Amino acid sequence: MGYKSKTIILAVVAFLLALLYIFYDLSGNIEYILPRRSIKVFAIILTGGAIAFATVVFMTITNNRILTPSVLGLDSLYMLIQTFIVFIFGANTLAMMSGEINYLISIGFMVLFSLLLYQFLFRGEKNNIYFLLLIGMILGTFFGSFTDFMQVLIDPNEFMIAQDRMFASINNVNTDLVYLSVIIIALVMAYFMRFYKYLDVIALGKDEAINLGVPYDYVVKRLLIIVAVLISVSTALIGPITFLGLLVVNLAYELMKTYRHFYIILSSVFISMIALLGGQFIVEKVFTFNTTISVIINFIGGIYFIFLLLKENKKW
Amino acid sequence: MVDLKNVFKTYNKKKVIEDVSLEIEKGTITSFIGPNGAGKSTLISMISRLIAKDNGAITIDGQDIMQTKNNELAKKISILKQSNAINLKLTIRELVSFGRFPYSQGKLTEEDQSKIDEAIDYMELREIQDKYLDELSGGQRQRAHIAMVIAQDTEYILLDEPLNNLDMRHSVQIMKTLRKLVNEMGKTILLVIHDINFASCYSDHIVALKDGKIVKQGRTCDVIDKCVLKDIYDMDIDIKEIDDRRICVYF
Repeated sequence: MGYKSKTIILAVVAFLLALLYIFYDLSGNIEYILPRRSIKVFAIILTGGAIAFATVVFMTITNNRILTPSVLGLDSLYMLIQTFIVFIFGANTLAMMSGEINYLISIGFMVLFSLLLYQFLFRGEKNNIYFLLLIGMILGTFFGSFTDFMQVLIDPNEFMIAQDRMFASINNVNTDLVYLSVIIIALVMAYFMRFYKYLDVIALGKDEAINLGVPYDYVVKRLLIIVAVLISVSTALIGPITFLGLLVVNLAYELMKTYRHFYIILSSVFISMIALLGGQFIVEKVFTFNTTISVIINFIGGIYFIFLLLKENKKW
Repeated sequence: MVDLKNVFKTYNKKKVIEDVSLEIEKGTITSFIGPNGAGKSTLISMISRLIAKDNGAITIDGQDIMQTKNNELAKKISILKQSNAINLKLTIRELVSFGRFPYSQGKLTEEDQSKIDEAIDYMELREIQDKYLDELSGGQRQRAHIAMVIAQDTEYILLDEPLNNLDMRHSVQIMKTLRKLVNEMGKTILLVIHDINFASCYSDHIVALKDGKIVKQGRTCDVIDKCVLKDIYDMDIDIKEIDDRRICVYF
């Protein structure tokens, strides 16, 4: 089967799942349910796409297929921000705070953090990408520990509310935020198109890319910023779920067996949508909201990750 | 012409390249020889702008390499590094196609396709052009990479130890191809090489480096000399002339 037909099949499956999710068991107050479900589907497509896309770009830059943008520490920073608000102002503030403000604060801090990190690390000639990852991981762990520290100090009831933010959830997504996210993601994608042609070449490695005339440092810095913005937007919209990226992008590579980013990006985006839509469907209809989507994704993703390690291990 | 003037490079206070100046003529093969850690790879990486120099000037045909646009430079100079650890699922033809990126920016034209065909035929890879890189032997993979460099169609070609891990037959084959590229297509080739007999038999000029400095540079017959080699390698090397070729006996 050609790349094109595989991509089209994935797109069709994603589309059908979206329809199933919207129209399944449609009864009662249709005027309320329909727009409600549509906006959820829209949020799923948006975040699923953004995470898949950001992960493809990130794996290409790092030349590594088991790294996801979560090593940049953005997830941990998001949790830190949420816990910090509860810690300082109390859970009521977090609950009362308008969605937009929390969203903008979270995105603002995450993007600011990434920019500072890049700025600091790319100063001068030293621009080792693995050094960036190391620092990102250390800071991520630091944020995580700090979050834990604050969580054990706060009131258990408040902790419940903070913890609620720790898992990605599409059940109570805010409509206005979805529109805001669309605008941000559209702008980022428009900016990305200038660098699209370089992705295949960057996948060959730094030396080859420079040899073939790619302004490597310039492009990689811009791409990393794009990754940070996309991850920040999707995290602030539905919560930390970057693990999904690892799963879907690797599936896309396995399925497509090509290096071409055109197909890899499209298929990962569609697989991501399928995983999220299917996962959300299971959460709602099978588990009747007893669990969240990130639990399911992490469970399946974790199993796949172990499988990947075992498989790669055999190659050596 | 490649022109280096007073080039310096320091890693963590250790001087790797110290005050190197040299000129490389068009249409020649120049070999860089010297013991491990002499700075050969560093020098060749600086000429191809993979690493930045600390001081001095490197110009190609009168243009400073740091001022020239990346894409323009990629049409003028290409480099093949010693470790080609590409972990993508690529066929030979796809790899060679990447050589056209500076011209096509990813959208291959008819002209690009014919250049790719030419390069593949030149390296005799036609039969295996759809094989994946990880299915190839070391010699085939090296030839595929050289085909990519040929497709890139640059005037200057830099190679960092192209004979690494190759047997004699493949080494000779590669060196003959390089010679042909110079003689038939007028390319200028710079290469780092460890086997001084290959350097002696195939190059026009030799640059000998030691501890980041040029010990001797000149025509092959001037550098392949008992006293000069003693200076470079700190060992006595006998030189025998066989059929007008200088062969070093260092065993």
